[in-house]
Amino acid sequence: MRTRWYTPWIYVIPALFVLMFFLVYPSINTLIISFFGPRSEKFIGFANYIYCFTNQVMLTAFRNNLLWIALFVPITVFLGLIMAVMLDRVRYEPIIKSIIFMPIAISFVGAGVIWKFVYSYRPIGSEQIGILNAFLSFLGAQPIPWLIERPWLNNICLIIVGIWIWTGFCLVILSASYKGIPRELLEAARVDGANELRIFWKIILPLMKPTVAVVATTMFINVLKVFDIVYVMTNGSFSTEVIANRMYKEMFIFQNYGRASAIAILLLLFIIPMIIINVQRFREQEAIR
Amino acid sequence: MKTKQNNFLINAPMHVFVIIVAIIWIFPTVGLLITSFRPSADVASSGWWTVLAHPFNFTQFTLSNYRDVITNIGIGRAFVNTLIITIPACTLPIIIASFAAYAFAWMEFWGRRFFFILFVGLLVVPLQMTLIPILRIFNQLGLSGSFVGIWFAHAGYGLPLVIYLMYNYISGLPSEMFESSTIDGATPFQIFKSIVLPLSIPAIASITIFQFIWVWNDLLVALVYLGGTPDVAPLTVRISALVGSYGQNWELLTAAAFVSMALPLIIFLSLQRYFVRGIMAGSIKG
Repeated sequence: MRTRWYTPWIYVIPALFVLMFFLVYPSINTLIISFFGPRSEKFIGFANYIYCFTNQVMLTAFRNNLLWIALFVPITVFLGLIMAVMLDRVRYEPIIKSIIFMPIAISFVGAGVIWKFVYSYRPIGSEQIGILNAFLSFLGAQPIPWLIERPWLNNICLIIVGIWIWTGFCLVILSASYKGIPRELLEAARVDGANELRIFWKIILPLMKPTVAVVATTMFINVLKVFDIVYVMTNGSFSTEVIANRMYKEMFIFQNYGRASAIAILLLLFIIPMIIINVQRFREQEAIR
Repeated sequence: MKTKQNNFLINAPMHVFVIIVAIIWIFPTVGLLITSFRPSADVASSGWWTVLAHPFNFTQFTLSNYRDVITNIGIGRAFVNTLIITIPACTLPIIIASFAAYAFAWMEFWGRRFFFILFVGLLVVPLQMTLIPILRIFNQLGLSGSFVGIWFAHAGYGLPLVIYLMYNYISGLPSEMFESSTIDGATPFQIFKSIVLPLSIPAIASITIFQFIWVWNDLLVALVYLGGTPDVAPLTVRISALVGSYGQNWELLTAAAFVSMALPLIIFLSLQRYFVRGIMAGSIKG
C-alpha cells in the first residue's frame, strides 16, 4: 500500500510508546538496579546474584522450581497426550474435554481455594471435612497434613494443583494435532498387524513431535513463573518457596529492590532461549510468506 | 454385533480410565460449589459429600453465605472493582494493537521489520522484569493504587501478544482487497475502518476473551500496582487475603471463590469455540 512517509507511524506510535514504557525501559532498568543495593543507592556489583545462589531459602526455591519442572511438565504433557488419543475414540469426547479444560477458566486463586479445601486437615479425632483426609479416615488411616508435610509431599500437592489447571490446555492442543494425522496411516498399520501401543510410539508420537515440543516449552515457561498457587496455598512456608514468590517477597515484604531485580533477571535468563525460538519461528514464517 | 461387543470389551479399560480422570477433575469444583451453599454449622461438622445422601432435601442448602460474602466481607465491591479493571484493560490494548498490526501488515516503512521482531521478542519477557521500575514511576505520578495505572499496565503487558495475533490475522487478508480499494481512492484509514476491522471480528473476539480471562484472573499485577486496599482490590486479591483471615470458614471462602469463577465459567461454557482459540493463541504470553 502506498502512503505518505508519516502515515504508518501514526498507526504504530501508540503501541511503540506503551511497549517502550511498560516493557523495554523497565527491563533495562531492572537489569541496572539488580547491581545496586536495596534502595538502588549504592553499586554493589554481583552481590545480589551471589545472594541468590547462596541464600538457603533461595536454594530451596530453585530446588522446588526444579521439582515443578520435573513433575509438572512431563505429567501435563503426557496425560494430555494419552487423553487426546483415547478421547478420539469415545463418543462422549466433548463433555470430557470440557471438564478437563474448565479449570483454565478459573483463576489460580480460585483453584487454590478449591484445592486447599481438598487438602484440608484437622487433628486426629475430629471430623475430617477435606475429602482426602476423610477418605483416609474411612480406610482407618491417620489424617495427613498435606500442605505441611515437608519437603516432598506438600510440594507435590501444590504441583498437583498446577497439573489440574494446565492438563486441559495440553489436551486441547494435542488433540487438535492428533486429529490432523491421516486416519489411513493408522489403519494401514493396524492392517499390517501393529498393536495400538506400537502405533502410538512409532507413528503417532513422531508425527506429533513438533506440537508436543511447543506444548512442553509452554508448560516449562509456566512453571518458571508459577506464583499464584504457592502464594495462596502456603505462601512459601514449610519449604514450598518458588522463585517468583521469592521475588514478590523481596520486593514487597523486605523492600529489597536490588535482590528482587536480580531474581527477575535470573527468571529472564531461564526464559531467553524461548525468546530466541519465538523470533526464529517468526522469521521462518515470514520467509514462507 | 459380535465384533461390536468385542470392541467394547477391549475398550472397556479405556472408558474406565477416561471416566475416572474426568471424575477426579470435576470433583474438587463440585465440592466447592456444594460447600458454598451449606450453612456454616454443617460445613464445620460434616463433609460436603454427605449432602449427596439426599440431594433433593433443599433445607440443607442456603444462600446466606453468598449474602454474607457479597455484602459483609466486600466480595461485591471486589466484583465491581474487577469489572472496572477488566473492561478498559481489554479494550485498550486491542484498539492500540489493531492500528499497529494493520500498519505492520500492510504498510512499508523504515524499521518495520526491526520493531516487529522487537515485539515478538517481548512476547515472553516475564512481567516480573518490569514490576519495580514501573511501580516507582507510578508512585511518583500518584498512579499506584489507581485504576488508571493498572489499565495501562495490563494494556502494556497484553500488547505484544495482541499485536502478534492481530498481525497474523490481518496480514492473511487477501491483498487484492487492499489494492482495489486503493485504486478506488480509499485512504488507509477508510480501508482500516471499513474493511480490516469488520473482517477481523472473529480474531478480535478470541483475543478479547483471552485478554479478559487473563486480566480477570490476574493476581500479581493487581497486588503490585493496586495493593490490598478494599476500595480498589479485585476479587483475586481480596480472596487471597480472605484465605489468610477466614482460613477455616470454608462456607465463606468457597462462596467468595465461586463468585470470582462465575463470569469466566459462563464465558467458557457459552463461547467455548472462541475461548479455546483465544487461550491457545495466548498461551505463550510472558
